[in-house]
Amino acid sequence: MNPNTLPSYLDQSEPVKARFDKINQRETILEVRDLGKRFRTPQGEVEALRGINFSVRRREFVCVIGPSGCGKSTLIRILAGLENHSSGDVLLDDKPVKGPGQDRGMVFQGYSLFPWLTVKQNVMFGPKIKGHGKDEAERDARTWLELVGLEKFADAYPHQLSGGMRQRVAIARALVNQPRILLMDEPFGALDAQTRSKMQSHLIDIWKNIDITVLFITHDLDEAIYLADRILVLKAHPGEVQEVIEVPVPRPRSPGQFNTPEFLATKARLEQLIHPAPASEPEDEQAAQPQMIRFTNVADNVE
Amino acid sequence: MSLIANLPSVDSEMRKRTLLAIGSFLLPLLVWCLVSYVPFIWHPKVEVTDPGGVDYFQVGMLVDKSQFEDETAFTREERLPPPAGKPANPIYLPAPHEVAKAFYTGFAKQPVQKDAPWLHESLWHSIQIIFWGFLISSLIGVPLGILAGTYSTFARLSEPFIEYFRYLPAPAFGALAVAILGIYDGPKIAIIVIGTLFQQVLIIANTTRKLEATIIEAARTLGTRGVKLLTKVVVPGILPDLYRDQRILLGWAWTYLIVAELIGTSSGITFYITQQARYQHFDNVYAAIMIIGIIGFGTDLILGRLSRSLFPWDRTQDRR
Ligand SMILES: Nc1ncnc2c1ncn2[C@@H]1O[C@H](COP(=O)(O)OP(=O)(O)OP(=O)(O)O)[C@@H](O)[C@H]1O
Ligand SMILES: [Mg+2]
Repeated sequence: MNPNTLPSYLDQSEPVKARFDKINQRETILEVRDLGKRFRTPQGEVEALRGINFSVRRREFVCVIGPSGCGKSTLIRILAGLENHSSGDVLLDDKPVKGPGQDRGMVFQGYSLFPWLTVKQNVMFGPKIKGHGKDEAERDARTWLELVGLEKFADAYPHQLSGGMRQRVAIARALVNQPRILLMDEPFGALDAQTRSKMQSHLIDIWKNIDITVLFITHDLDEAIYLADRILVLKAHPGEVQEVIEVPVPRPRSPGQFNTPEFLATKARLEQLIHPAPASEPEDEQAAQPQMIRFTNVADNVE
Repeated sequence: MSLIANLPSVDSEMRKRTLLAIGSFLLPLLVWCLVSYVPFIWHPKVEVTDPGGVDYFQVGMLVDKSQFEDETAFTREERLPPPAGKPANPIYLPAPHEVAKAFYTGFAKQPVQKDAPWLHESLWHSIQIIFWGFLISSLIGVPLGILAGTYSTFARLSEPFIEYFRYLPAPAFGALAVAILGIYDGPKIAIIVIGTLFQQVLIIANTTRKLEATIIEAARTLGTRGVKLLTKVVVPGILPDLYRDQRILLGWAWTYLIVAELIGTSSGITFYITQQARYQHFDNVYAAIMIIGIIGFGTDLILGRLSRSLFPWDRTQDRR
């Protein structure tokens, strides 16, 4: 479709506008104020994040998107309490975040399940740490496994599951603690396209049915638009918020919406922000262009 | 699980593996048999069966082939009856059947020398030394290693000294150990502890450090802190690898045994071997050396099998 015929991504239909009004009336769960992060490395200081400001309302679905190395993981790790920040504030329910805690659930990109525990025991881990009895923890675990559709695999070990199933266990394991916010760092990044789209729909279903706020990192534009209420677009070197986009695609979402004008308009805008004109590609990436050496017979051509 | 479709190939794969494993033992045995039973391969000696006219020859005596030929030529010149003999290997290379017999007699018959220990008595003594040495070393080394692998401050405090100490050869502490612990089993156990402990701390610290960082981070986001992080996450997370390390370290402990047993009053299997070698009973020597191997290898095999049922989640086992 010709981008000129697209509506502006800023145009919101009535229902979408009403929805954002409703969201904005809800209380703020997470607030990030002027957040900065510098890493000290042997090569000197790296400024990973600078002046990040945003807030997330209750039961909002926020995606964070940006080029590789822009500090998405750093940001979410700070929110999770796994990393200290250098400046600014992170407030969860108006209280500053200090270290990791059960009020923030996290799903990692890599498989972070405990390999020595069965699926059920993995989900029971949080409640048991909290001091719940075995029976109570087991009951909770069953409930959440049912919610992610894995009750049949309760006694399997993680290595016996597919990638998608493992991530569903990871989601159940995080949600069983009933966190205020679920932090997800490219949770479906390692999955094949089909599993991935199933997982996206599944995540939306979960989110619709329980009181949970989601902050979701991805570098897949379609995924971000399909899932999010708002998209936080970061730029790299240093990581800064470029724009916060309110997704104009109405809910309920379905994969059929990938070709609607609102969807395409939003995508065009994201592409513009994330992949600007090639001239501005950072120098080091061009320098990294490999020099190809021919390892095959000169006459043995594949193209 | 639903591996049923793969079962036949898994089965034949296992059979092939077993056959190869047996083959890896049969091959050296075959070489030994060839060298022992086929006269023209080596047999540099001649075993005298009839001294003939050579006055210093005796039945059963082993002489060099060239010497035997010289003497035969000499008797021919002197018109004396020629000596007779058959090709033989040196005394230090007994044939398989002789070692097999020694194996049996070592357990079943009173030793030829009086006061000499039976093979199994020597062996049992050695096993006890290893057991206590390894147990004491592990009781100290495993916790230290896990602590050093988990807390970098602890590692920086302990590891430089341990790195230094592990270069001091354990046998060098023999005399010291005897002075402190007496001449019986104390110093022997001490040598095994000194030989094993320092490597153990470093190896286990390394294994602990290799635990996936995401696993620990996941546990922290689930609310795990402090000691619970150690007991509920680090220890179970490294357990299969820790077990593997311990198996390897146990093998090393055996290598220190031989030195340890020469310290103070010599004892155990080493004493048995040196005694038998002194009387040139090399068949017994071989039998004793082999039984060390059998016990070491057997223990490891059993421990390996055990690990499959102990750690059903451990994927690295599938790759063996
Ligand atoms: N522990 C660290 N020490 C030093 N520099 C770091 C560290 N972690 C991240 N960085 C730097 O901070 C920047 C942001 O990294 P981060 O992993 O957050 O990016 P990202 O947006 O998650 O990238 P990707 O999309 O590839 O996952 C990078 O330049 C990286 O080199
Ligand atoms: Mg990342």
